[in-house]
Amino acid sequence: MRLKGLTLGLAAAVAATGITAPAVQAEETQFFPFFTYRTGPYAPNGIPSANGMVDYMNYVNLKWAGVGGVKLVWEECETGYNTKKGVECYERTKGKGTTVVFPYSTGITYKLIPNAARDKISILTVGYGRTDASDGRVFPWTFTTPTTYWSQASAFIKYIGAQEGGMDKLKGKKIALIYHNSAYGKEPIRTLNLLERKFGYKLTTLAVNHPGQEQKATWLQIRRDRPDWILLWGWGVMNQVSIKEATNIGFKMDRMIGVWWSGAEQDVVPTGDAAKGYKAGTFHAAGRDFPLFKDIKKVVYDAGKGLPGGEKFIGQVLWNRGVVNSIFATEAMATAQKQYGVKRVNGDQMRWGLENLHITAERWAELGLKGFMQPIKNTCADHEGNGPVLIQQWDGKKWNIVSDFITPMREVVRPLIEKSAAAYAKKQGITPRTCS
Amino acid sequence: MGEILEFIFAPILIFESWRFGMEVVISGLLAGVMYSLVALGFVLIYKASGMFNFAQGVLVLFAALNLAGFIGLGVPIPLAIILTIGIMILFAIVVEYLILRHLVNQEQIILFMATIGLAFFLSAFGETIWGSEVKKLDVGIPQGRFEPFGIQIQYLELTAGAVAAALVICLAIFFNKTKIGRALRAVADDHQAALSVGINLRTIWIIVWAVSGIVALVAGTMWGAKSGVQFSLSEIALKALPVLILGGFESIPGAIIGGLIIGLGEKLAEVGWGPYVGGAIEDWFAYILAMVFLVFRPQGLFGEKIIERV
Repeated sequence: MRLKGLTLGLAAAVAATGITAPAVQAEETQFFPFFTYRTGPYAPNGIPSANGMVDYMNYVNLKWAGVGGVKLVWEECETGYNTKKGVECYERTKGKGTTVVFPYSTGITYKLIPNAARDKISILTVGYGRTDASDGRVFPWTFTTPTTYWSQASAFIKYIGAQEGGMDKLKGKKIALIYHNSAYGKEPIRTLNLLERKFGYKLTTLAVNHPGQEQKATWLQIRRDRPDWILLWGWGVMNQVSIKEATNIGFKMDRMIGVWWSGAEQDVVPTGDAAKGYKAGTFHAAGRDFPLFKDIKKVVYDAGKGLPGGEKFIGQVLWNRGVVNSIFATEAMATAQKQYGVKRVNGDQMRWGLENLHITAERWAELGLKGFMQPIKNTCADHEGNGPVLIQQWDGKKWNIVSDFITPMREVVRPLIEKSAAAYAKKQGITPRTCS
Repeated sequence: MGEILEFIFAPILIFESWRFGMEVVISGLLAGVMYSLVALGFVLIYKASGMFNFAQGVLVLFAALNLAGFIGLGVPIPLAIILTIGIMILFAIVVEYLILRHLVNQEQIILFMATIGLAFFLSAFGETIWGSEVKKLDVGIPQGRFEPFGIQIQYLELTAGAVAAALVICLAIFFNKTKIGRALRAVADDHQAALSVGINLRTIWIIVWAVSGIVALVAGTMWGAKSGVQFSLSEIALKALPVLILGGFESIPGAIIGGLIIGLGEKLAEVGWGPYVGGAIEDWFAYILAMVFLVFRPQGLFGEKIIERV
């Protein structure tokens, strides 16, 4: 049996107790709580995500002695992808100098939004969370950078339209959405319904209960309805079973597109050849062939300072996304440091840094990630950034990008966001800020 | 009125396309067999000790983790299976030595609580040894499908059906034709009487936990071949519970028939009524179906009627 597995398990056990890194608040440190899930049914996805976040912060400390001379410290709190535990983690860590949290769960995000605004703690949800929180006038403390589920859904429809030979060709086409029966899974339905009315395709929605180990009835309905395209909004084992069932009924895999949380190595490798041709959304490039990732390997892992067994995750989709999460946090911190002339930033300052986050193409190149992502620019009203989406395809061995960056239908999504945010503001008695 | 009738009869109306209707029936029955494989493990332990083994789902995961882990290390499949069976037998011995023998004559709820602790330990232990990554499990079970008369049937499910049938035959022979099997039945009927004729209760418990572990290995192999081996495999125990309620906790045929009824019932409900109510009803429908049976036959379809004399 693997010693590596044993050490990884011990690391997970240690992480679960929340003592991963020294989290002592001192003058020259900045504290970040990481809500992770290294155990439970979603652990295969949670581990690379958490490792990406930790590895980048570790790298910044080792390579640059922190951000602006301020060392980064963090504490992992195990949520098990469970909303109640996530809220407990928030309550447990909020008094330790927290300025921003990364809930890593749409359900936890929904619960934290009112609390975090009250505690002056920002919520950064990279590629998940509550889409209408992109409206910074109503949700000043929540950030959906760099893109949202609604943007992604519209980008998928745009992509399908292009594949069919034009948006007018969508009329009469059948699109099925197979979704995780949770707040996360239901996020794209509103957008897809709106676009259904606009473009005339027929949308069928099929819910799959947690964890999604058994989906026979869903796929019987797919076989009966014979959709032209399938959109998969799954998580964890649901993804692997869906991909396998699609092959079992002979569905063409290049006509099945997964949300970016259904498009990691963990989703396709266990299904073997079945996943060949399967597509998924993403907002960053795939693979480890970037100077930053090579440097992380050298500075962190080759020096023996990485997480036990963590090196194998470098370059995996979810690890890359975890790195993106930490880059946004550290870039926002640096932006705030510059604006306020401070070293350690407080909650208000971190919020300002996130709201004025601007990562240009040149900055991505400086970070060692040239071409990895599109430029990001948040504003007071727009906490989403600019939201471009890529399509990647699994070739049996690795993910390959098969599209250009697709700009979401902002003209459709943004009014939806504003309408939904306004309804939330009215219900909660919030007076939206004025963003000039 | 027409719409109400259409809703009520929706599960029957799917047979307007007889091929699709037959696909739903066959898929439902074969899915039910997969549930039965998990339920059988519960039945075996309950039969011999009156204990509801909360850890049975985790036992399925643990067995599959070991098998996939050994195969992943390059161990030939037959040897990996033998090694895993060895681990399951060793596990049975350890459980008897560390837990069961200390809980003789305790209330059922105490035994139940012990299995809850066992479940949490075993799942964490499995993850610690083998890691949390999803593991591919390929033991040569044929994948793909064939389509007699245009009705799609998957090889994996058909294999599961055949394996379940073989397993039931083996268990029937074991219980009815072997000395140990008869001893097991004696213990199941009356612990005190069995002890009085010299049957060693501890040996029986080791045997029954070992057999249950092997059944868990079979279930884990089938489910693991379908979805890969990962932590969520332990949650398929929730799919076995309505099967047990319906079939009875003590009956091997009950586990099979119960599985078939639950599998068929939930698929017909999901495909028929699901689209009217937003879908994803099959999980709770299985429990509703089981509870309906429970009202009319509390001991389950094949369970023994409980008669308590005052």
